[in-house]
Amino acid sequence: MTEMIQTTATRTAETVAARLNRRYTAERRFRALGLGAILLSVGFLAVLLGSIVDKGWTGFLQTQIAVEIAFDPQVIDPEGTRDPATLDTADYAALVRAGMAARLSPEADRATRRDLSALVSTMAADQLRAMVTADPALIGSRATLWLLASDKLDMVVKGQVPRQVGAAGNALNDRQLGWLADLEQAHQTRKTFNTTFFTAGDSRAPEQAGIWGAVVGSFFSLAITLLVSFPLGVATAVYLEEFAPINRWTNLIEVNINNLAAVPSVVFGLLGLAVFLNVFHMPRSAPLVGGLVLALICLPTIIIAGRAALKAVPPSIRQAAAGLGASPLQIVAHHVLPLAMPGMLTGTILGMARALGETAPLLMIGMVAFIVDIPKSPLDPSAVLPVQIYLWAGSPERAFVEKTSAAIMVLLLFLVSMNMVAIVLRKKFERRW
Amino acid sequence: MQTLTLAAILLLLSSFAFRLGRKRAFAVSAHEPRSLHSLPGYYGSWVALWCGLPAFAVLIAWLALEPTLVRELVITDLPAAMQTLPAERIDILINEVRNAAQGHATANPDLAAAAEHYNRLRQVSFAAVTAISVAIALAGAAFAYRRVQPALRARPRVESSITVFLVASSTVAIFTTIGIVLSLLFEALRFFQMVGFTDFLFGLNWSPQMSTRSDQVGSSGAFGMIPLFTGTMLISLISMVVALPLGLFSAIYMSEYAQPRVRAVAKPALEILAGIPTVVFGFFAVITVAPLIHSAGEMIGLSVASESALAAGFVMGITLIPLISSLSDDVITAVPHSLREGAFGLGATRSECIRQVVLPAALPGIVGGVLLAVSRAIGETMIVVMAAGLSAKLTFNPLEAVTTVTVQIVTLLVGDTEFDSPKTLAAFALGLMLFAITLALNVVALHIVQKYREKYD
Amino acid sequence: MTLNVVLPQSSTKVRATALDVHYGDKQALFGVDLDIRAGEVTALIGPSGCGKSTFLRCINRMNDLVEGARVSGSLTIDGSDIYDRTIDVVQLRARVGMVFQKPNPFPKSIYDNVAYGPRIHGLAQDQAELDDIVMTSLEKAGLLNEVKDRLLETGTSLSGGQQQRLCIARAIAVEPEVILMDEPCSALDPIATAKVEELIDELRENFTIVIVTHSMQQAARVSQRTAFFHLGKVIEIGDTEQIFTNPQQPLTQGYITGRFG
Repeated sequence: MTEMIQTTATRTAETVAARLNRRYTAERRFRALGLGAILLSVGFLAVLLGSIVDKGWTGFLQTQIAVEIAFDPQVIDPEGTRDPATLDTADYAALVRAGMAARLSPEADRATRRDLSALVSTMAADQLRAMVTADPALIGSRATLWLLASDKLDMVVKGQVPRQVGAAGNALNDRQLGWLADLEQAHQTRKTFNTTFFTAGDSRAPEQAGIWGAVVGSFFSLAITLLVSFPLGVATAVYLEEFAPINRWTNLIEVNINNLAAVPSVVFGLLGLAVFLNVFHMPRSAPLVGGLVLALICLPTIIIAGRAALKAVPPSIRQAAAGLGASPLQIVAHHVLPLAMPGMLTGTILGMARALGETAPLLMIGMVAFIVDIPKSPLDPSAVLPVQIYLWAGSPERAFVEKTSAAIMVLLLFLVSMNMVAIVLRKKFERRW
Repeated sequence: MQTLTLAAILLLLSSFAFRLGRKRAFAVSAHEPRSLHSLPGYYGSWVALWCGLPAFAVLIAWLALEPTLVRELVITDLPAAMQTLPAERIDILINEVRNAAQGHATANPDLAAAAEHYNRLRQVSFAAVTAISVAIALAGAAFAYRRVQPALRARPRVESSITVFLVASSTVAIFTTIGIVLSLLFEALRFFQMVGFTDFLFGLNWSPQMSTRSDQVGSSGAFGMIPLFTGTMLISLISMVVALPLGLFSAIYMSEYAQPRVRAVAKPALEILAGIPTVVFGFFAVITVAPLIHSAGEMIGLSVASESALAAGFVMGITLIPLISSLSDDVITAVPHSLREGAFGLGATRSECIRQVVLPAALPGIVGGVLLAVSRAIGETMIVVMAAGLSAKLTFNPLEAVTTVTVQIVTLLVGDTEFDSPKTLAAFALGLMLFAITLALNVVALHIVQKYREKYD
Repeated sequence: MTLNVVLPQSSTKVRATALDVHYGDKQALFGVDLDIRAGEVTALIGPSGCGKSTFLRCINRMNDLVEGARVSGSLTIDGSDIYDRTIDVVQLRARVGMVFQKPNPFPKSIYDNVAYGPRIHGLAQDQAELDDIVMTSLEKAGLLNEVKDRLLETGTSLSGGQQQRLCIARAIAVEPEVILMDEPCSALDPIATAKVEELIDELRENFTIVIVTHSMQQAARVSQRTAFFHLGKVIEIGDTEQIFTNPQQPLTQGYITGRFG
């Protein structure tokens, strides 16, 4: 009998051993697959962020060229009246052209003039106008000024487009490239921090385009979203978790909320278009409508997070308060809600972060319009950050690529900081009982 | 802006009412608060509610009705020739009137007059609503103030109005769904009056652009959604081919193998990936991935469309990795530990345990997760709007450009929208289909996941 | 098979010497010295948290799966140290099978449950041999008559007692040398318990069995030798009869007379 046990055991052990190598190879292969999947996923993220930063960091810089400008009285104010209206409407672009021509090319044919003005942004003239209206004494003087370069020159200087003399399809022609080389040799070009990008609204000219209008629009939209969705979300969560009887009606509400959380956001855009714009005649492109649509989108997120936070409050606290004679609403208001608030806030911030990046529904309610002005109220037409990104991404000018990427970096920065706040909140208030 | 000021005034009145009410409660209790039924603050709140709620109700009603009312009044005041214009022309006129009213010049004297009329109407209506709402606020406060007595059950009254607010809030979700369904149905039905339902559902041709110019040949346009549907399916399929293995294996590796150090890097990385807005992925697809695929195709002698389904689907797949991974992680960790022990106890290696015991047990949950991901892929908009094509081609070749339901919804509605052309209404019909499909997928997926959870709870 | 083989006293199958187990900072076993003899049922008894399950799980290194678990001292099977670096866990677990407290059939068919072990270890050359292993194992586990018409139904459709016998069949299908049982009857009703106990007694002929149990009656019924654990130490080990009728240690006496536990 013992021998029999021994023999079967030995046989088993031998068979097992024989297959062991093969099985461990399979084990290693499987493990490598898993690691590969992780590395690939993280790699995609790295490539995505890398390519955005690589394309976008130059967007925070702008090229300027030094031009000696003669504030010619004949051009600005031939009558010598110093009338503000005259100063305001004078042809400052001519001053810029003259300064460029004096520095780079004495020829005065139309083609040369066109080539010269193509190097400087049209904003340079505005710059001169601002200087002169602020200080009319400048008229008649000469000054070397750093003027904003055009987007084409900017691209060449930053190396975003090739600068081979003689090659076809260049952003600048050979003559312009020659002038550029001349300017660079004399250290009359420089790259400075691009303040325009953070202070201006949208523009057709890439070097004048900024995200401030979109940032303000996003701010207004999110403010509306927060004002609408937070109270509604918290109230719904409190009702469902603390007061609602378990019946068909509340069950219906729950199923509804879960489904709404998964409805494509573009459908919410259709709702906004059909109800807010067509039925209530609210203004198109306005952050008010955008905020309302976004509020509906992130309402389920806030409700679900809120209910989870309320669930985490131990029943003993409710019983303790009830034992002291508090009414159900007092129990919630004085004890449960304060304890659940950090969790609710975390959910709300995450919902807001999602709303900040949401684009498609806003296209539906007309937030794709080209808007230069910075909105002053939630009723003004406005862009928002992600829509601005979408618009720039579709623009043909090469210089908008870096602007788009830079805007994405700003958007991601906002998102990261919001998520950080959420994480810190979660860490700080994690289960205190 | 005016409205905000009015709202602020009403709030201010309410807070005055609160203080008055509280003071009154002290007074009627002869400074003996214990004789009151409720805490003095509740009396204050009660008076404040009487002051604020009716007034705000009036204000909100006015906000909802005023634009329509003013518009109708302006239209009746327009010259008769303008009034008989078709609805969408009147829309444009009204827009012009509004612009003129905001100070933009208009060439048409009739419109300028209408703009003046418009401004006057708005002023009058605002003055009226201000007077009415403030009067109601004061009246409400006075009414409540006079009724403050020790025996007044202030707390239950205040609480019941809060409860009403809670209940009302919880119905917003229902109303949202009803709003979605009704608005989609309503516009879609108008669409189906112009284009046959079966033509839409089973038509093989989609070219809505033709219908904009009614004088042209083929002005009827073609609204067959099959090519859009196949395009959507193709891109979703590609995205799942990318996302499913990567997401699933990531989840397996993280829950079963990874050192804490690896997990500490990979988990937040996936969370970041999940948090990046899709518009960013769309840009990434256009700028980086599509050219890469295009030149890779050229190298091996394939002609790849610059807006290939492959590029859009691939990038969409990347966005779905975190979703699949976190859902799979949930279901894998929900597989009871005893099953793993059973397998290990028999001498299974870790991968044998995962492949032969854990994954089969987790399969329903994973299927549910995949369905959710598919529903997300079908409804995903920005990536395809930016990276997929516009022309509806009936093909299953991933190297060609296809278009999707969401792309068409966006392109049909962005730009000038006329609400009577089938072109615009088609977007709502597509939206209805999209809503129905994703809803069905979600319901099934949630059901499966729920069943799965119950099994191991 | 009625022939009663008397095994020589010296045939020690598993021997633990000065075995310590730590879970993180907590020490669970303190210098355990214990011999388990081949062809016998050894019962491990003691109050909850005394380390009997920990010790059991050392024998097939299930503790490896617990994060932060450390084992020191020596544990040998047939004289070779199973914590030696040359020992392969998979191989070891094929030799030392295990049955758990709660029946844990895989969510597969009854057949596949039993065939799982032989399949992964490649114990069957062909389908016929696999069928044979499955049938024999089910028969040995006393389950064949109850399930032979429903081999393709899932294992979870069986009753609790049947599930546990299925898990035993699954364990013996690999033909291990030692079977570890961790309170195998704690989730079963008395009738199912009786069947499993009967089964354990029959299995003794072919396998060395170590069983952790909470029930002293069970230990008395099924085991030949009993070890009493207390606070991570082995207090006493001896023939079951002797432990229950004439314990040498006051602690043992206290426990079996129900003064604590």
